[in-house]
Amino acid sequence: MTLRQYSLRVNGKLHQVETHAMARLLDVLRSDLRLTGTKEGCGEGECGACSVLLNGELVNSCLVPVAQADGAEIETVEGLGADERLHVVQRAFLECGGAQCGMCTPGMLVASAHLLRKNPQPDLAAIREGLNGNLCRCTGYMRIFEAVERAVSGAPVSSASGEGG
Amino acid sequence: MPEERIVGQPMLRKEGVAKVCGRAQYIDDLTLPDMLHGATVRSSIARGRILGIEFGEGVPWDEFVIVTATDIPGENEIALINHDWPCLAAEFVNHPEEPIVLLAHRDRHLLRKAVAAVRVRYEEWPAVFTIEESERGDPVVWGEDNVFKSFLMEKGDMDAVRATADLIVEGEYVTGAQEHLYIENNGAIAAYSAEEGLTVWGSLQCPFYVHKSLVKMTGLAEEKVRIVQVETGGAFGGKEDYPSMIDAHAALLAMKSGKPVKIVYDRAEDMAATTKRHPSRVRHRTAVTRDGKLLGAEVEIALDGGAYSTLSSTVLSRATIHAGGPYYWPNFRVRSKAYATNCPPHGAFRGFGAPQSLFAIERHMDHVAEALGLAPDELRRRNFLKTGLATTTGQVIKENIDLDALMGRALKESDYHAKRERFARQNASPGMKKKGIGLAAFLHGSGFTGSGERYLNSLAAMDVTVEGTARVLVSSTEFGQGTNTILCQIAAEALGIDYEAVEMGPPDTSVVPNTGPTVASRTSMVVGKLVHSAALGLKQTLLASGLLQNGYKTGDFVTAARTYVAQHGALRAESRYEAPPGVHWDDQQYRGEAYAAYAWAIYVAEVTVDLATCGVEVDDFVAVQEVGKVLNPVLARGQIEGGVAQGIGWALYEKVVWNRGRMQNNQMTNYIIPTTQDIPPIRVFFEELPFGHGAYGAKGIGELPMDGPAPAILNAIAHATGKQFDSVPLLPEDIFRQIAVREPEREVVTL
Repeated sequence: MTLRQYSLRVNGKLHQVETHAMARLLDVLRSDLRLTGTKEGCGEGECGACSVLLNGELVNSCLVPVAQADGAEIETVEGLGADERLHVVQRAFLECGGAQCGMCTPGMLVASAHLLRKNPQPDLAAIREGLNGNLCRCTGYMRIFEAVERAVSGAPVSSASGEGG
Repeated sequence: MPEERIVGQPMLRKEGVAKVCGRAQYIDDLTLPDMLHGATVRSSIARGRILGIEFGEGVPWDEFVIVTATDIPGENEIALINHDWPCLAAEFVNHPEEPIVLLAHRDRHLLRKAVAAVRVRYEEWPAVFTIEESERGDPVVWGEDNVFKSFLMEKGDMDAVRATADLIVEGEYVTGAQEHLYIENNGAIAAYSAEEGLTVWGSLQCPFYVHKSLVKMTGLAEEKVRIVQVETGGAFGGKEDYPSMIDAHAALLAMKSGKPVKIVYDRAEDMAATTKRHPSRVRHRTAVTRDGKLLGAEVEIALDGGAYSTLSSTVLSRATIHAGGPYYWPNFRVRSKAYATNCPPHGAFRGFGAPQSLFAIERHMDHVAEALGLAPDELRRRNFLKTGLATTTGQVIKENIDLDALMGRALKESDYHAKRERFARQNASPGMKKKGIGLAAFLHGSGFTGSGERYLNSLAAMDVTVEGTARVLVSSTEFGQGTNTILCQIAAEALGIDYEAVEMGPPDTSVVPNTGPTVASRTSMVVGKLVHSAALGLKQTLLASGLLQNGYKTGDFVTAARTYVAQHGALRAESRYEAPPGVHWDDQQYRGEAYAAYAWAIYVAEVTVDLATCGVEVDDFVAVQEVGKVLNPVLARGQIEGGVAQGIGWALYEKVVWNRGRMQNNQMTNYIIPTTQDIPPIRVFFEELPFGHGAYGAKGIGELPMDGPAPAILNAIAHATGKQFDSVPLLPEDIFRQIAVREPEREVVTL
């Protein structure tokens, strides 16, 4: 297996990793960069637990070979916000009960933030469509829809990563 | 009674910030120094004798830690109820995917190759794969007759009543296996040294179940085995029994290698090898009068338990007790059996036998109503259990439950009567889209069945840290359902301090007492009550010490608690379970108070069936329930909505395809759960009748919502199509088969 250098800007910070071309972006994030917020649910692009933004597009990081992410801008749940500086969708998920077991949550949050950037005023149908690549087994989705609706009605969401809530 | 400040309020989830920041640490997020990865070699056949194990070429085997059954220091057994479930198959295998060899290596990729290179030679034996094959006993694969457990439960005189009935209505109802599909797969890390003993960190529901099992399997002293639950990404019962298996495997590899070992299943392995909901077949024969009075019923329940008995006897028990639904039966007889088949063992799954029984009775009630020419709601109304009437176990209902009013609310919220009439009219005209509305009425017993809570004899505690923070010490675990939040709310309310000033102790068997397993909708009601008592004990101690005066604020409490700990070394209060007065249970006759309390519900589903595609859409869902005091409205709604979604999946999408005991569709690609676009608006309504023996009036809630959706949806589909469907999952192809019969002029391809 040939090892090669890849550079990725993750949540605004530049990283160099040495790995093989077909290494999954998911593993690079979780193992090489120790960013374990991004989760693995199925490993075949069905559940969306591993959702991240690659150059602003929502992708399943379990399906992306690192070679394809070389030089790319990656955003993960850790980049959305933290603690006192929660992103508006993180705050809304917390308040509306959008997170139960928490395993789908990072991917669901990234997908929600992505949806709000593309469409700042989604109606319920657009929310359902925007999150249809992310499976949740706990909530039945109602609390998640409510959270996104609350995020819409709350503070405006800017297009930059890492904004506060 | 003073107004509650914290209980009943939408307090934020205790571990919520960590979860929304991606900081919560699940088992696969943890790494220990010098850690190896473990993997499992599994049976490729359903049943047979192991003739030999060969380690193929091309793998550096001397680098691997290899464990077989002969390496087990104690009993080769996963300890649950019986003693038949091996930790590793030694001489015989009884189901596909049964574990035989364990391997560990530093390199995960090499490990995968090594698992594929182990070849097990078998002498293959005949096997049974369905309830019908098992009950024929051809061949006998377990015990004398393939029966794990059977019950005969009788009330009144069923034989006498048959002669007096105007009508006997019969039906047969079938339900399939269901995969839990928690988003986090099963996983564990084990570490061992002779001095420290064994520690296992795992994704699990019941730390002391695992503890008991690993003490037996390792032969270590109880205090040398420590089980720590880490953040757990969903469970639904699927992490009640199976963690004892994967944790034992990690432990064996760690003990043999002297290094920490992590085993985390991938999705395909988790789906193929771990437990599922018991498939069922339920037959009803109901004696009824012309005017719709239920006189009696004979019910036969058969569950497919898989290859080992695991929890089947208790799942069957709950199925048996819930067989009559929320109705008054003067006469009743249930014969129930759990059968062995050569599939991986079926286990605990939200509802625990009740969804199977309640699906049957609630479809059957619609059949009875139709046979009598009565409306479905009217037949139910004429037969509801009421305060003062006795259930099928002879338990007199003491709760002030009014099912008629509960149903009235559900019918009003769903606009049931107007829609039922309008849909019937519209469906008569041409058009491929047919609409229907259906309901289900049901109950769910809270806590362990019968004497179960007495046997558990749970102990909860509270203490304070050196900083003066109050801690809840229980073995009840958080896996999304809200244990942390609810128990902290109860403790804070009882202590009279802020919610933020209470925290959960670590779910670690070396720290917390045994509060029993986190199952059976018992945490809020039973454990919550114990936490409440322990909190009152803590408060009394501080008041009696003179360090705290009535009228205190949170800051005063913290100061007093800190001072007390500084002076006395510790501050701790405990509370042990006591059965509510008047709760008696006869394990032999199956008579008495089966549960200390019941939750009650009426669900209404509205569907559209497209006759062109045979697809079903659930358009609206109304869930009205009485669960005692709602401790946290946001979490309670989340429990109901999530349970309804799982019920919709069980009813319409989730089909486990079996081939000689092996799940064929063990991927998220072809085992379909509801997505954001499949779920209707789920409208949740609570009636609250506080239960005197639950924490602040709480009863069980978590499992209830799994019971109602499937029958309500199938009743709605019958209304829409005029065809009767009595099995779940009901897929478009199943509907197609029956719809096709109605239109013979079309050319039909037989499926």
